[in-house]
Amino acid sequence: MAAHAARRISSLLCRSLSSHSSPASSPSLFRGRATAPATVVRRLFGTSSPAAEEPITPPVQVNYTQLLINGEFVDAASGKTFPTLDPRTGEVIAHIAEGEAEDVNRAVAAARKAFDEGPWPKMIPYERSVVLNRFANLIEKHNDEIAALETWDNGKPYEQAALVEVPMLVRLLRYYAGWADKIHGLTAQADGPLHVQVLYEPYGVAGQIIPWNFPLLMFAWKVGPALACGNTVVLKTAEQTPLSALFVAKLALEAGLPPGVLNIISGFGPTAGAALASHMDVDKGFADYLPKLAFTGSTDTGKIVLELAARSNLKPVTLELGGKSPFIVCEDADVEKAAELAHFALFFNQGQCCCAGSRTFVHEKVYDEFLEKARARALNRVVGDPFKKGVEQGPQIDEDQFNKIMHYIKSGLAGGATLESGGERFGNKGYYIQPTVFSNVKDDMLIAKDEIFGPVQSILKYKDLDEVIRRANDTHYGLAAGVFTSNIDTANTLTRALRQGTIWINCFDTFDAAIPFGGFKMSGQGREKGIHGLMNYLQVKAVVTPLKNPAWLTKDNV
Amino acid sequence: MGEECKRTSGGHEVPEIKFTKLFINGEFVDAVSGKTFETIDPTTGEVLARVAEGDKEDIDLAVKMARDAFDCGCWPRMSGSQRGKIMMRLADLIDQHAEELAALDCVDGGKLFSHVKFLEIPKCAECLRYFAGAADKIHGETLKMSSEMQAYTLREPVGVVGHIIPWNFPSTLFFYKVSPTLAAGCTMVVKPAEQTPLSALFYAHLAKQAGIPDGVLNVVTGFGPTAGAALSSHMDVDKISFTGSTEVGRLVMEAAAKSNLKPVSLELGGKSPLIIFDDADVDMAVDLARMSSFYNKGEICVAGSRIYVQEGIYDEFVRKSAEKAKSWKVGDPFDPQVNQGPQVDKEQFEKVLSYIEHGKSAGATLLTGGKACGERGYYIEPTIFTDVKEDMLIAQDEIFGPVMSLMKFK
Repeated sequence: MAAHAARRISSLLCRSLSSHSSPASSPSLFRGRATAPATVVRRLFGTSSPAAEEPITPPVQVNYTQLLINGEFVDAASGKTFPTLDPRTGEVIAHIAEGEAEDVNRAVAAARKAFDEGPWPKMIPYERSVVLNRFANLIEKHNDEIAALETWDNGKPYEQAALVEVPMLVRLLRYYAGWADKIHGLTAQADGPLHVQVLYEPYGVAGQIIPWNFPLLMFAWKVGPALACGNTVVLKTAEQTPLSALFVAKLALEAGLPPGVLNIISGFGPTAGAALASHMDVDKGFADYLPKLAFTGSTDTGKIVLELAARSNLKPVTLELGGKSPFIVCEDADVEKAAELAHFALFFNQGQCCCAGSRTFVHEKVYDEFLEKARARALNRVVGDPFKKGVEQGPQIDEDQFNKIMHYIKSGLAGGATLESGGERFGNKGYYIQPTVFSNVKDDMLIAKDEIFGPVQSILKYKDLDEVIRRANDTHYGLAAGVFTSNIDTANTLTRALRQGTIWINCFDTFDAAIPFGGFKMSGQGREKGIHGLMNYLQVKAVVTPLKNPAWLTKDNV
Repeated sequence: MGEECKRTSGGHEVPEIKFTKLFINGEFVDAVSGKTFETIDPTTGEVLARVAEGDKEDIDLAVKMARDAFDCGCWPRMSGSQRGKIMMRLADLIDQHAEELAALDCVDGGKLFSHVKFLEIPKCAECLRYFAGAADKIHGETLKMSSEMQAYTLREPVGVVGHIIPWNFPSTLFFYKVSPTLAAGCTMVVKPAEQTPLSALFYAHLAKQAGIPDGVLNVVTGFGPTAGAALSSHMDVDKISFTGSTEVGRLVMEAAAKSNLKPVSLELGGKSPLIIFDDADVDMAVDLARMSSFYNKGEICVAGSRIYVQEGIYDEFVRKSAEKAKSWKVGDPFDPQVNQGPQVDKEQFEKVLSYIEHGKSAGATLLTGGKACGERGYYIEPTIFTDVKEDMLIAQDEIFGPVMSLMKFK
């Protein structure tokens, strides 16, 4: 009852206050804070003046809208295009060539030819590393332009894209460039006079399907290791965010990547994505035309992709899927720091992170204090035009996601969780949502079980370590976990007991090129980044020959 | 019938020698004693430059700077990828200055200018890039325990490293040692060979330009028994690596043991066999054998200095080797037509000639060559002995000169 009332009051306040918001002012990239009414609004709901301001014009042009096949930018075979939208307004940014099955076939054929006949796999690995390093250098040179495209298409804060993400992707490409000439196989001892070599060979063509939440980082996580290992690639971008990959692919060509080595298809999942997942060239009669696939996206779509791969040519699939990662605040935690980190763990990137810390378990001893801080922090979160300086949260990616998140918020309210802040749409244009915090969340509520992928934090209470371990593991997911404690024994217990692919202790979302990332259970299969990322793009071949009269073995060696 | 010793008339131009002082803590300084020594151009026997002569005090100073840089400086504390970035910059600088660097090795060591410029120095940059890419990939292991414990290994930089490098491949050996040391986050004192100090000092200058912090890479030019010995026996050097003759390697290892038991890496001499069977492509084998014996005027640890040829092809092999030796040009190493420059110095020159005399007096058959050539400098004709027996000195000792020993086997 109280929760219901609270929600009604807050929504009334929101509407009444936004009608006081200042009249339209001319857009400027780094304008200061808005005037009094908007400030009051901000204090309650973490906003800057929303509806009144015009969206800032992004400082970049869209020059590449076609598919990249065999080193050329081309229209789709059907001539179709689809719009990509600015999530700040829902308006069209550009019309993009819409790739479908025919285009996928052409791209795979080009990649196949580039592998079988082209220079790329035959180059000495050092030369491949030189090309990849040059590619990284070019991206670095165009850092700001690329970040602007990313923000425009995705809605993430420009500062995040420019200061963190693009440099991270440059770093990752350089990391994999450094691996290219260090992919050593093994020699093995066998039971008898045999010379055994274990070779690591590229697959050939790798199909890759990437999501919209971190378009370019996901591009780098896939393309980096695949190319370093000598493969060629057909990459399908998400339909929500096709722009940045096309820009960056042009730089790859400039860096000296031969035609056909990297092909980019923009398009939709059920058409282009499915075509790639089920690709199997029956005409030529051999089943390894597309021998490998990697997919990052939702668990539901991941299941479809795996099914299609199995039904066609049994191509091995790397999957990076969803999560419902626990963030565990222990009783000895510094509550101020824990609340800040927990906030970041959930709200970062508009809550659109596969590894978002979306179940915040707080020990009962520090629960009340934590809640106060979590609420205050959410209320302070700055939502607005991602091109504006100081904005922490931009719009959600599109209408579908927006509706889905609002639906989960409603279910949270209906289920009896306490709404601490937010709960409503933010502004009246685009897909902004107020930073929302629920407390008194129970494990069986939908908001505690399903991946929401939005700015909705769920805070749950726990009593002891064994209980929280059981509850944290009680999920189909297993992508990541955060642990906040200064007790080394607690940390050691939790890190081994939690069934997740990455355990962050006193930190969260700490990524490095060298750290492997991936999920347990239905959060995925395989690992990306680090040395493990390479294994996704290498096949193991054993070569065995007999040794005549070897020095160390006799014929009758047991 | 000797070799035709070609010399371009007037000889070559000596490049400007910009760096002749010790490089300690980011600065070029005189030796504490003020002493200098000569470095000679082996094509003429004339002095190229006077170079600072480091001794124990200079080594002590350099080690102290390297120690400070390791214990308190940023280099070991940077992330591997940050070190890698700086190393990449150095690799680019090396490529940019390849010509100048090649001229230094050529004029200092008698090496072929075109080989050094187009092969050796680019490979030095590649080696640096290889290790730059490895700097952020230094993995330890987490270990499976058989009790309720966690254990893992960390690979940490060893500390201050001493490098003693030889004169036959001054640039290559410099980077074989320096590259992984930099990548691992160690600091170092390099003592180049006294015969070829010039390129190392230039590399020190480029290292500073690339952003390698002061004290991380120090270069002390000087002699083995003084500077080299001081480095090997220094109580505050954590590790020493030495490339050179087996005999000196022994001394280094002894000094390391007697001082602080520092671990030692040794790359020493060889007397490598090349074994050629009846079913070999004889022409290809003759070319490879010639290369293996005479490349870099035979001053190479992996020289194929014992060539075993199966009896079925022996006569053909001998005949063809004699012919091929005739087209192996000896002369000014700056001349791109030349295949072999002078031996590195007078001492090596005399040693090789004395082994040739041994071969003659032991009864081996001199097929071709066998004497010095040219009016100046330390040139020796490419020399082939046949009917070599295993107990002959020329079959047992490392000659380190352009002397091929052919032996027949069944």
